[in-house]
Amino acid sequence: MTVRVENLKIAYRTLAGDVCPVDDVSFSVGDDEIMGLAGESGCGKSTLGTSLIRLETRMAVLGGKVELDGVELPIDDDRAMRRYRMKEISLVPQYAMSALNPTRKIRRLAADLLRCHGVGYGEIADELRRRLDLVGLDAGVLDRYPFELSGGMRQRVTLVLSTLLNPSLLIADEVTSALDVSTQRAVGELMMEFRDRRFVKSMIAITHDLSILAQIADSILVMYAGRLAEKAGSDTIVNSPLHPYTQLLLASLPAVGVRHDDTTLVGIPGRPPPLSNPPAGCRFADRCPFAYARCKEQPPFTEVRPGHQVACWKVAEEVQAA
Amino acid sequence: MSTLQIEQVSKLYRTSGLAGGVTRALREVSFDIDQGEVVTLIGESGSGKTTLGKIVLRLITASSGKVVFQGADIAGFGRAELREYYRYVQGIFQDPFSSYNPIYKADRVFEMLRDVYFPRVPQRAWEAKIDSALEAVTLNPGDVRNRYPHQLSGGQLQRLLIARALLLDVKLLIADEVISMLDASTRVDILNLLVSLKRAGLAILFITHDLSLGNYVSDRTVILRRGAIAEMGPTPAVFGNPQHSYTKALLDAVPQLHKKWHSPGAVRDVSAATRRPGRSVGPVALAPPALTECEPGHLVAVEE
Repeated sequence: MTVRVENLKIAYRTLAGDVCPVDDVSFSVGDDEIMGLAGESGCGKSTLGTSLIRLETRMAVLGGKVELDGVELPIDDDRAMRRYRMKEISLVPQYAMSALNPTRKIRRLAADLLRCHGVGYGEIADELRRRLDLVGLDAGVLDRYPFELSGGMRQRVTLVLSTLLNPSLLIADEVTSALDVSTQRAVGELMMEFRDRRFVKSMIAITHDLSILAQIADSILVMYAGRLAEKAGSDTIVNSPLHPYTQLLLASLPAVGVRHDDTTLVGIPGRPPPLSNPPAGCRFADRCPFAYARCKEQPPFTEVRPGHQVACWKVAEEVQAA
Repeated sequence: MSTLQIEQVSKLYRTSGLAGGVTRALREVSFDIDQGEVVTLIGESGSGKTTLGKIVLRLITASSGKVVFQGADIAGFGRAELREYYRYVQGIFQDPFSSYNPIYKADRVFEMLRDVYFPRVPQRAWEAKIDSALEAVTLNPGDVRNRYPHQLSGGQLQRLLIARALLLDVKLLIADEVISMLDASTRVDILNLLVSLKRAGLAILFITHDLSLGNYVSDRTVILRRGAIAEMGPTPAVFGNPQHSYTKALLDAVPQLHKKWHSPGAVRDVSAATRRPGRSVGPVALAPPALTECEPGHLVAVEE
C-alpha cells in the first residue's frame, strides 16, 4: 500500500470561520496504481491534492493522518515535509504550463530544483536527457526558456522534472485540461508510461474530466462538496456507477457520436452547496432525484461490493436487499 | 441568402523578434452560416479559430477577403452602422468571470444596453423584456437580478450573456469556447439552450476544440488546421465518414468513456503519441490546400 489517507480533514482559515473542502476523507492508493480523483470545481479535489504535499499558510489540518509507504507524513509541518517533497512525493501543479520560472533556462531550473533537494545536477544529467528523449523532446530544450516551448512541451518538461527523483507518489493536478485533444492523449499516455517504467510508484490524477480518467486511471474516486461520493475501479465507475451523482454526471457527458437531434442529454439541476455552511446529511440531497427522509443524516462511505465504496443510503439499502 | 458569408478570409500576423516574419493565422477560409443553423468550428490551439470569430465580430480586421452579413460587407461599416451590426451579431467568450465588470451588478449590464439601443423603451416594458429574456435562458430573475458577477456561478454568467444578446435583435451568435470553463454537470444545459435558440431561428458559430461537444450541437462542421479548412460538411458526414487524416487523428485522440485509446495488452507507441498531427512541419504555404467534394456538401482538403 503506497498511500493511505485516514479521516483527513483540511480547512481554510477564513475570517468567517473554517471552510472544509476536505471533510473526513479516507482512501488508499496501491503500488502501480493510477487513481483518478474526479469532481466539479470547488469539490475539494485540488485542496486534497495540495494538502498531501504542501499546506498553504491559510490551510490547517483539523484531523486525520497520511501514510506513505508505511511512514506517517508530517503534512502540517512545512519544514519536516521538505525531505519528502520531490523525492517521495511530487506534484505536477494545475496550470503546469505556467509552473516554470520564465527567467531561467530549463537546465538551470532543473539544476536549482535538484540542488534544493541535495542532488547534484551532474549525477542525474544523463537520466534527464534519457527521459526527455522518452517524452519526445531533444536535449536542446535544456537551453531554452519556457516561453520558447509550446504548451504541450512545457507540460512534458514539468512531468519529467517532477518525476526525476522517482517519487513514490505523483500528484498530477489537471495536467491535461488546458491541452488540445491530441496533446491530451500524448500526455495521458506518458503518464501511464511513467508508471509502467516505475518512474513513479503510484499516481493521483486530479481532473474534472471523467473521460480522460476512463483512459488512464485504474480506479476513480469521485468527490462531491468536500466529501467522498464513490470509489471503484475505473471500468466499474464508467459502466455501472452506483451513486446518483456519478450516474447523473456520466449521463450528462456528450460522447462522440451523440447528437442533440437523436438524444437530448440533461445536466444536473442546481449547484453544489456552499462549503462555508454545508447542509447536514448527504450533501447531494438537494439535487438528487432519489433523495428521501434518511438523506437528512450523513451517509457513511462504505464498501457495498468488493472494491466498490459508496456514500449513499439508497444504494446501501438496495444492495442489502438484493 | 445566408445570414453570414465568409469569403476567402485571410489573416496575417506580423511577428517580431529574431525569427521575425509572418504568421498565417487564416488562409482563404470560406463558408456560410444560414439562419437556424449551428456551424461548429473545430481546431486545435493556433489553428485560427478564435481569430476567425474575432474577425466576424470585427474586433480585428481581415488581411484579405470579406465577411458579408445579410448582404453587406462588414469591413465598410462606420460607427453608426457598426452599432447596428452589434444589434444583430453578438459574441460570447470562454471565461464568464472575466467577461463582466466585477463592480457592475447584472442590472447595470442591461442598463448600458438600454442606453445605447433602446433609449425610448419605457421602464415597464424594459423590465418585462429583461424578464422574458432571462426566462428564455432558464434563469430565475430573482436569482440573478441585482447581483454582482461574483455572486453568480459560471453557468449563470454565461446564460446572462446569452440573455443580454437576446435583448437585442440578435441573429448571429459567436460562441467561442463558451462551455469549456463550466462544470460538467451544467455544460450540457448551455448546449441544449443553444440548440433551442437555433430552433427559434438564430444562426450560431460555435467555436470549440472539443469534438464531442461540436458533434452534439452542430448541423455543419468546419475543421481548421493551420489556418485553412481541412474538412467541412454536414456534421454526421464529417464525424461518421472522416476523409482527412487530420480529422481521423483528432477523432482517434478524443478520450471516450467506453472505448480505450488502446486495447489492453497492446504496446503503446509513445513516440507516435508525441507526434502531434497539428504540428506544422516546415513553413505554412500561403495558399490553402485545395478542397474537393467527396460527397454532396462534404469537402475535403488535399493533404499538405
